[in-house]
Amino acid sequence: MQLTLWTYEGPPHVGAMRVATAMTDVHYVLHAPQGDTYADLLFTMIERRNKRPPVTYTTFQARDLGSDTAELFKTAAREAYERFQPRAMLVGSSCTAELIQDDPGGLALALNLPVPVVPLELPAYQRKENWGAAETFYQLVRHLAPLQKGPGHEAPAPRQPVEGRRARCNILGPTALGFRHRDDVTEITQLLGRLGVDVQVCAPLNASVADIGRLPQADFNVVLYPEVGALAAQWLQRVHGMPFVKTVPIGFGATQDFIREVAALAGTPDKMAAAVLNDGNARSPWYARSVDSTYLTGKRVVVFGDATHAVAAARIAAQELGFQVVGIGTYSREFAREVREAAKLYGVEALVTDDYLEVEARITELHVELVLGTQMERHIAKRLKLPCAVISAPVHVQDFPARYSPQMGFEGANVLFDSWVHPLMMGLEEHLLTMFRDDFEFHEGAAASHLSHAGGAPLMVQAAQAADAAATATVQAFAGAAQPLEDAANAEHADGADAAVSGAPGAATSGVTSNVISMARWAPDAQKELQKIPFFVRGKARRNTERFAAERGLATITVDTLYDAKAHFGR
Amino acid sequence: MNPVIALHSSEGCATAPVLRQRGQREVFCGLTGIVWLHRKIQDAFFLVVGSRTCAHLIQSAAGVMIFAEPRFATAILDERDLAGLADANEELDRVVQRLLERRADIKTLFLVGSCPSEVIKLDLARAAQRLSARFMPQVRVLNYSGSGIETTFTQGEDACLASLVPVLQESPQPSFMVVGALPDVVEDQLARLLAQIGIERVSFLPARNSQQLPTVGPNTQFLLAQPFLGDTARALEQRGARRVGAPFPIGVEGTTAWLEAAAAACGISPGRVAEATAPARQRAQAALARQRDVLAGRSVFFFPDSQLEIPIARFLSRELGMRLLEVGTPYLHRDHLAQELQWLPSGTALSEGQDVDLQLQRCRQLQPDITVCGLGLANPLEAEGLTTKWAIELVFTPIHGYEQAADLAELFARPLRRAQLLRTTTGLAA
Repeated sequence: MQLTLWTYEGPPHVGAMRVATAMTDVHYVLHAPQGDTYADLLFTMIERRNKRPPVTYTTFQARDLGSDTAELFKTAAREAYERFQPRAMLVGSSCTAELIQDDPGGLALALNLPVPVVPLELPAYQRKENWGAAETFYQLVRHLAPLQKGPGHEAPAPRQPVEGRRARCNILGPTALGFRHRDDVTEITQLLGRLGVDVQVCAPLNASVADIGRLPQADFNVVLYPEVGALAAQWLQRVHGMPFVKTVPIGFGATQDFIREVAALAGTPDKMAAAVLNDGNARSPWYARSVDSTYLTGKRVVVFGDATHAVAAARIAAQELGFQVVGIGTYSREFAREVREAAKLYGVEALVTDDYLEVEARITELHVELVLGTQMERHIAKRLKLPCAVISAPVHVQDFPARYSPQMGFEGANVLFDSWVHPLMMGLEEHLLTMFRDDFEFHEGAAASHLSHAGGAPLMVQAAQAADAAATATVQAFAGAAQPLEDAANAEHADGADAAVSGAPGAATSGVTSNVISMARWAPDAQKELQKIPFFVRGKARRNTERFAAERGLATITVDTLYDAKAHFGR
Repeated sequence: MNPVIALHSSEGCATAPVLRQRGQREVFCGLTGIVWLHRKIQDAFFLVVGSRTCAHLIQSAAGVMIFAEPRFATAILDERDLAGLADANEELDRVVQRLLERRADIKTLFLVGSCPSEVIKLDLARAAQRLSARFMPQVRVLNYSGSGIETTFTQGEDACLASLVPVLQESPQPSFMVVGALPDVVEDQLARLLAQIGIERVSFLPARNSQQLPTVGPNTQFLLAQPFLGDTARALEQRGARRVGAPFPIGVEGTTAWLEAAAAACGISPGRVAEATAPARQRAQAALARQRDVLAGRSVFFFPDSQLEIPIARFLSRELGMRLLEVGTPYLHRDHLAQELQWLPSGTALSEGQDVDLQLQRCRQLQPDITVCGLGLANPLEAEGLTTKWAIELVFTPIHGYEQAADLAELFARPLRRAQLLRTTTGLAA
């Protein structure tokens, strides 16, 4: 029994729903009690789908348990077939139905439906959503794309692209409710096209049952989301001799690796591949090299997400933005090995957990300057007053933007640059506002300078001042208190300060937000000294000094403590 | 205005036939009630004993991420718990111990049963007794079931409140109790109105915290504020309390009738009610008049959701002049809704339970001006060109009482105004 306040992944049947909903002509009959239909709203509300997911829930009740829930299942399956006329049916149990052991697979087969029926065994008390999606996709591929010659043969030799036609591949892994899957597929399909590779089938997203049957006709597979697609890709390799591309093209470097790997498999001419490698629209490397990005150097980042996105994000952070990866973790236990391998590259230990309190504790103790995580880490970062960018599922309505916003390919790398750096850049802007906040001309009580020119009506100024004061009071009332507001400004925007003071080494100490509430008291002279530190790093200096004092059990912060702390944290 | 209004018979729908179908139900289970119950009972913690699905449901319904440490959680059963119930009980004790150590602020812990815990027959009533014996007086441990095999959406609140009834202190004193979770602001309004008509000492179930639980006894009268509290009412009656029959305090008319019923039960004249409520009534009626311009004559179709459908439909029909095409409810409590049913225009199509696919067919055929449905259906119906209102908002928004009558009307008017404003509804995105 595990105490859970929040879960990164849903149950495995939600993974199956993501596959069924992604496809065009599959229907899923789920043996489940009422209430399990909540899962529909994930698709209709979060992803804003304009159709109900193709799922029928048998809706058994307590009073059915003594009688015949199996009959209920058969009726639901028969009626679902008649009503929706799918080309294939998925059948299975949710967590409760698993306990009553009605065997939906056997029951559905007994109906002799005129379409393939794929039974799903998704152990709800052991496994989770991504595993359920992977298993469902694998079962669909096994059932719908069997080897024509029959079972019990040796694995065929890897094939070569046929001379005289363009190479053909399948894209495997994208699903409904996937993190930016819609745009990734568009981006990678274009990229493959420029490498002379046609995408024969993309599955499960937008695939039909007939498409799944055609999968073995391609030359190779591209697995964009190993959490969902790897199992099927491995089977297609084993049984149909189809090689698959293992690099996931998230980030500039990974996209280049992906291009090389595809080019080798597809026999893309070197000149053609070189043209794609040197894509003029790949702006992220130059943006990272431009001097404005200097302040990104060595920023402490922590990465948490599904395994694929976490590993990719860490590589981009370290190699393409010059951040320091101080922590990496995943909730994908199935891919823990990959994340542990990646962690070694950065000299850190991977956190493999689905307990967000553990993640929060780790992020807190790492004293990072940027969090790259899921929506959950976004909330953690908000509480710790840290900048954050979302890099991975679980998804939120914000993760389905109206605009084109891929994570993969060169355009994806551009998007990542923007979405990771903007939370920090915004700091610089806000910071300038703060810089002028205490200025004699621009303080809160002053009227706007263009209104208070000489000869202006003093009454107007007074009115404006009163309005300003009222506005300030309102803000404070809503914020609860002025102090947290100021803290937030300091913490979130201290990052921008590094750029502003890059010529003043040592002025900025390593930026952290500590949860430790210091009990140390500031001596008056230390307090005075603190006021001499430029205001834009003052908050940071104050926090670092208090943390330094707390860690050493100092009761009073003196001028020496202040400079000891500066020396300690300075880099 | 539409003709239905003119045809009010005194019978209404009191004996009207009800369509009952059996099939897929597109509704939440009773666990969802935790979303508002934990906000209402401020020192209670709700521990669902269930599966990952339960945890996922609640976080999906509640958008739980906003809470640092919400006062609810799921003890997720795993294979070992299923293998041996003895171990499951030990595990549960361990989880509760850990939870209560972390949360010293918790005074009541609800163990909430789920579909899996019911199916494996994990006896949460005994577990609650065992744990109460251990943690009283600091923490009282109670249990109820919010499972989907037994409860639909708001029935979870009914089960929760019913579980509180046995622990209410017995008292022979005359007392007056309002039953059903209401937003604090609404509760305060109603308490003020009751005081103004001369009912000074009113208790509320649930109370905002465990120290304020009402007393109950043979001289207790209670008035339901929500239409879905069948089990709670029965439990109170078993303790000797007497239910005061009334329509529900939805809309001006419903609120007035509800207060009049309270007054009558306490021997206070209707004149006093009329006097005390006049300013609020006039305010509400003026506000409603504006909404009536948008809503009068428009047709509405209810998919079943919260059991609030019938009182809300009555309000839309009688106070705003809307036409009721079908009023679906997950469960129809004829006794508690007796006066509401009389107030519905006769001939209104009523349905109880659901076969969602058949109901969708009826809805498409009727092409209502506005369709009240769950979140799983709303966008698909909008994409088909129907205007919808999310049913869940009718539960999560304050709608009871005079001051909220126009807000409730606005919930229906806004989607209609919006549909008129937007000129881009063709070519919907895939």
